[in-house]
Amino acid sequence: MSQDIYVVIEHLRGQVADISYTMLAAARELSRATSGKVIAVLLGHNAKNLARDFAADQVLYLDHASLAEFTSDAYQKALAELISKDQPRAVLFGNTSIGADVASVLSMRLGLPLVNSCRSFTSEAKFISQICGGKIMAEGELPSPTALVTMVPGGYQPDQGKSVESPPVTESAVPALEALRVTLSKYIEPESADVDISKEPLLIAVGRGIQNKDNIELADALAQAIGGVVCASRPVIDQGWLPTSRLVGKSGKHVKPKIYFAMGISGAPEHVEAITQSDTIIAVNTDPRAPIFNVAKYGVEMDIFELVETLTETVKQAK
Amino acid sequence: MPIRETFWNIPHWAEIAQYVLALLTALVFIYGVGHRVLRWRKGLPEKRSGHFWARIWSLVTQVLAQRRTLDEAYPGLMHFTIFWGMLVLAIGTALATVDWDVTNLFFGFQFLTGWVYILFELTLDVLGLLVVVGLGMAIYRRYVTRPARLQKFPTLENVSYAARDDAYVLLMLAFITLSGYLTEGLRIAVTQPDWAAWSPVGSAISAAFLALGDPANQTLHLIVWAIHILSAFVILASLPFTKLFHIFSTPLNIYFRSLEPAGALQAPRSEGGVKEWKQFTWKQLLDFEACTRCGRCQDVCPAYASGHEFSPRDVMIKLEMHLWEKPNGRALHGDVVSAAELWSCTTCRACSQVCPAFIDHVGSFVDMRRYLVVEGTVDNQLQKALANLGRYGNSFGQSERMRAKWTQGLQPAIKDARKEPVEYLWFVGDYASYNQTLIDVTRKTAQVFQRAGLNFGILYDAERNSGNDVRRVGEEGLYEMLAEKNLQALSRCKYETIVTTDPHTYNTLKNEYAWNGNRPRILHYTELLDELISSGQLKFSKKLDARVTYHDPCYLGRYNGVYDAPRRILHAAGCELVEVPRHGDRAFCCGAGGGRIWMEEKPGRERPSEMRVREAVALDGVTTFVVACPKDVTMFRDAVKTTGSESRIQVKDLIELVYEAM
Amino acid sequence: MMNIVVLAKLVPDLVEELTIDASGAALDLTFARWIINELFDDHAIEQGILLKERSGGTVTVIAPDLEGADDVLFTAAAKGADRLIKVRSDFSAANNHAVARAFSAIIKGFQPDLILTGVQAHNDLDGSAGPLLAESLGLPYVGYVSGVALADGKFMVKKEYPGGLIAEMEVTLPAVFGIQAAEQPPRYVAVSKVRQAMKTSSIEEMDASDLDLSGAPEIERMFQPEAAAHAEMLEGTPEEVSAKLVALFKELGVL
Ligand SMILES: Cc1cc2nc3c(=O)[nH]c(=O)nc-3n(C[C@H](O)[C@H](O)[C@H](O)COP(=O)(O)OP(=O)(O)OC[C@H]3O[C@@H](n4cnc5c(N)ncnc54)[C@H](O)[C@@H]3O)c2cc1C
Ligand code: SF4
Ligand code: SF4
Repeated sequence: MSQDIYVVIEHLRGQVADISYTMLAAARELSRATSGKVIAVLLGHNAKNLARDFAADQVLYLDHASLAEFTSDAYQKALAELISKDQPRAVLFGNTSIGADVASVLSMRLGLPLVNSCRSFTSEAKFISQICGGKIMAEGELPSPTALVTMVPGGYQPDQGKSVESPPVTESAVPALEALRVTLSKYIEPESADVDISKEPLLIAVGRGIQNKDNIELADALAQAIGGVVCASRPVIDQGWLPTSRLVGKSGKHVKPKIYFAMGISGAPEHVEAITQSDTIIAVNTDPRAPIFNVAKYGVEMDIFELVETLTETVKQAK
Repeated sequence: MPIRETFWNIPHWAEIAQYVLALLTALVFIYGVGHRVLRWRKGLPEKRSGHFWARIWSLVTQVLAQRRTLDEAYPGLMHFTIFWGMLVLAIGTALATVDWDVTNLFFGFQFLTGWVYILFELTLDVLGLLVVVGLGMAIYRRYVTRPARLQKFPTLENVSYAARDDAYVLLMLAFITLSGYLTEGLRIAVTQPDWAAWSPVGSAISAAFLALGDPANQTLHLIVWAIHILSAFVILASLPFTKLFHIFSTPLNIYFRSLEPAGALQAPRSEGGVKEWKQFTWKQLLDFEACTRCGRCQDVCPAYASGHEFSPRDVMIKLEMHLWEKPNGRALHGDVVSAAELWSCTTCRACSQVCPAFIDHVGSFVDMRRYLVVEGTVDNQLQKALANLGRYGNSFGQSERMRAKWTQGLQPAIKDARKEPVEYLWFVGDYASYNQTLIDVTRKTAQVFQRAGLNFGILYDAERNSGNDVRRVGEEGLYEMLAEKNLQALSRCKYETIVTTDPHTYNTLKNEYAWNGNRPRILHYTELLDELISSGQLKFSKKLDARVTYHDPCYLGRYNGVYDAPRRILHAAGCELVEVPRHGDRAFCCGAGGGRIWMEEKPGRERPSEMRVREAVALDGVTTFVVACPKDVTMFRDAVKTTGSESRIQVKDLIELVYEAM
Repeated sequence: MMNIVVLAKLVPDLVEELTIDASGAALDLTFARWIINELFDDHAIEQGILLKERSGGTVTVIAPDLEGADDVLFTAAAKGADRLIKVRSDFSAANNHAVARAFSAIIKGFQPDLILTGVQAHNDLDGSAGPLLAESLGLPYVGYVSGVALADGKFMVKKEYPGGLIAEMEVTLPAVFGIQAAEQPPRYVAVSKVRQAMKTSSIEEMDASDLDLSGAPEIERMFQPEAAAHAEMLEGTPEEVSAKLVALFKELGVL
């Protein structure tokens, strides 16, 4: 039984995911309330070097050939053993394709309480979770003895979870990972060598408000005039109006442009989580209460179709 | 004395041979017609009896007088001459046969004698000329001017059977007529009767042969006669297998046409819609066979005009071709008619309005759509709309509790018809209730009603989408559900008249809802305002002095014949109405009907609404485009933007003008 | 012949205005409309049916007894589900731990090869139902799945990662999968087909054992996120707004 906060680091093919740093930042805040340490838990195989920039007091490294790539079964087994042995105050997982496969299972297996979709912690060690598509927040005491938590982005900046100094790394014992029921067979790359929107400095993003495929041209014209790239929320991608490589959000790319110009996007948390690192968000939406205005620095309450062509013209003239 | 010697110069054996041939021809003909009749009987039943005299009257006006065909001058005249010319020639031939082979043979007397015979000769001779003129016009049109609607027929394995058939028929008719004249000319050249002048064309031709002399002309006559007779039999025998059959199928189709209101769509007759042709009714099969490929429907079709791979003409042709295919050949859906084609139709009914064969295109299209819906072959947007309609009763996917949100702040508050009796129950409709850009118009409608002192109320959240377009999409189950809910809500209210904002709602409430004999009075708001104006209950305080044009909504005009009420209102409000070229029953659809407003827009050449706006913009000095349907407001405001016509014209609902003038 | 079970969760419809009840710690669900978790569970049903159509088998759809469950079940039947089960208990206040335990007891009896459910729901406060159920049954779990296939006796699933990367994983059956998206978007079912299903199929009702709610955090307070950090709104006509935006672009150095 300790007051430490464990953070299960997520990484995929040699890349540490942003959510890991967000969680480290959250853990830091939580550890102040519990007066414990922040401990990054890294599972992998020959992956110790990933532990370079974690803002953690310590890194526990679990090395095993079966942990080389993420699979739910192996992660669950390794972590179940670690958590029951160390009994930290809390274990943070990403509410992601990796973390969500593990946290709930461990909650059942170990009989530990689970807090889902946590966005931030208060200074009194309370969690605040966001549910109902971001429309409702739920607050409560961090459950005991060990709280398993899945975290969504938005509450902390990933940069807050990075440090210049490498934390000390301790290898931790890994249980026998045998008779695994889930194994990775291969990765399938996403189609296309399209532009990488996560590296673009100026994004024109369109949401369901763009209404149909033809109207994407309007956004394209604006993007061309201004020198940006068009990206979109999921409904637009689902319709096949733009390739998957242009998807911004939880299931797409996280972006950090100088300007994120969002048209007809409501600002669902799954979308917003991927844009909070933009320098400036500007949103155009007919609904003054659209949540996107809560993350945008500037807002325009207007019909896209009233604005976009005029704007394109104005931009062209300004050049 | 002038007398007809029918088989002049024809050896007896040839005469006999002719009758043998006639018998064979008759057999083939009967077989062909029988085949068709049996095929109709494979279709599902449909009741089309009753109204005998009205039906006979249709035959008189539409077949004999060719009213609809004559709506277009050139093709009308062309067809009229061929029709009447051929009809008289056929009757003449029949009379001659009776005269010779019946009365003369059995009773030893002839009636084609003396002045009767002279008149007979003259009539046939001149009417033959009419046929020649008509055929000439037809050939010139089809092969020289080549209008688009007579081109690019659907093919089967790259063969355009339709084009072949058309060519065959024209060629044969021309051949028969000309060889007939030649026979006559040769006969006159040899016999030189005193009354030859009464056959002006025949005599003229005979003049050319006089020089040849007698035995030669006589032989020639026999040969030409034989060819003439042979070709006549060929055409008669082939009649049930070619386009010519329309001389039977089209009049039959006109006789059996629906005399119900155009807005009352038939419920599905085969569960799950029409999957294969035998699930059409016999009348629908007759429809396909009655089509003459004239292409008038294609000319007026908004879906065709906006570049969809679709033409009502083509669907009719393909369906007819399909009837001739061997079973287990191609599938009706997919092979013959594609889903994309079926979804293109806006159900505007412009096609049926001009079809000289009185074909009900929309009915068959919807029957096939019903199958697509049951199969789940609907596009994403439509699926979403239908799911929303099922769950929330509106296509917007908003809570039914928000339906009357637009009323907030209106003073006095609008009565809740569920709670107190009202005189007028206003059925507001989805678009007017939920579409943010229309709420202003809806509120003005309420204010106009209030100022006119109407005792009216609305259903608040008990109202559902009326289902008019749901039905036309082919989602009959959902339609029934929506209609049931509305009827249930209405049955709990006390009111005298229902007034609707939306012509689509108006149509289905008026023509399709199961009122069980207790149908209340149902008015479109334009009809109501018109009444109020003429009764003096609604007075205008100023003259608007605007030059406007008016768009007839399909479901108000063509479907329900309301053309004058909106025009009278405009007049009363002091507007000067300039008609768009296509107005009244020829109005060009905005493109939203039949559920198209819920479907994805495929990039086409130009949207119907845009063409319409251009049409209006071209009118001299017209600055306001008046509509009387909420969907039209959204469709045309959008089109004004996309065509860049904002500075030229603005779209207004009629109610806005009324509001301004009050 | 695969025995496929789909757990269809119902969630309060977010189209309706959400309110918090008198306790201040829970949603007021008095007027909630319970609908299928469209984003995911609807896909799980579709995936089950697709799998059945492709490889044969039976699809059992099981849902908690909430208002709207019949609709969900009959719709599933109209799509091709073979067996419909409604589990009775007071689910409106239940959490996913309780649902998972209650359903696992029932599902165990079916001896399924495959259990599909939506990857998550908007009201998951204590984890998602899929992995909780998997563990209650002692079965492996893979979530964020967008395709399943039986190939050469192996069961393969496609698991989605952010950015479109897909991991193909081999899983020993029986197993539970959290469906992110079916291979095809859920099909449309005509109302007439649902009505037909209401006549031809029946819903079996089963009782859940007492709900064991442990494992979920206690909520002290619920609130709607205040829009404190609201954007600075640019007002004016399209022309004016455009001019302001262009000025802004210049200021931010992108023009
Ligand atoms: C596990 C999971 C993963 C997800 N992943 C992603 C993801 O990666 N990316 C993502 O984007 N979403 C994702 N989503 C979906 C997300 O929850 C939302 O459904 C989605 O982001 C909504 O997209 P939207 O804002 O374009 O559409 P809506 O929410 O429908 O918003 C449309 C907005 O446009 C406005 N509008 C309409 N017309 C106009 C007009 N003419 N002019 C101006 N404004 C107009 C409306 O007011 C509205 O605010 C995910 C969801 C889940 C549960
Ligand atoms: S359907 Fe009618 S209008 Fe169209 S081509 Fe046939 S006969 Fe002509
Ligand atoms: S109803 Fe209108 S859209 Fe449909 S085929 Fe006829 S003319 Fe074309």
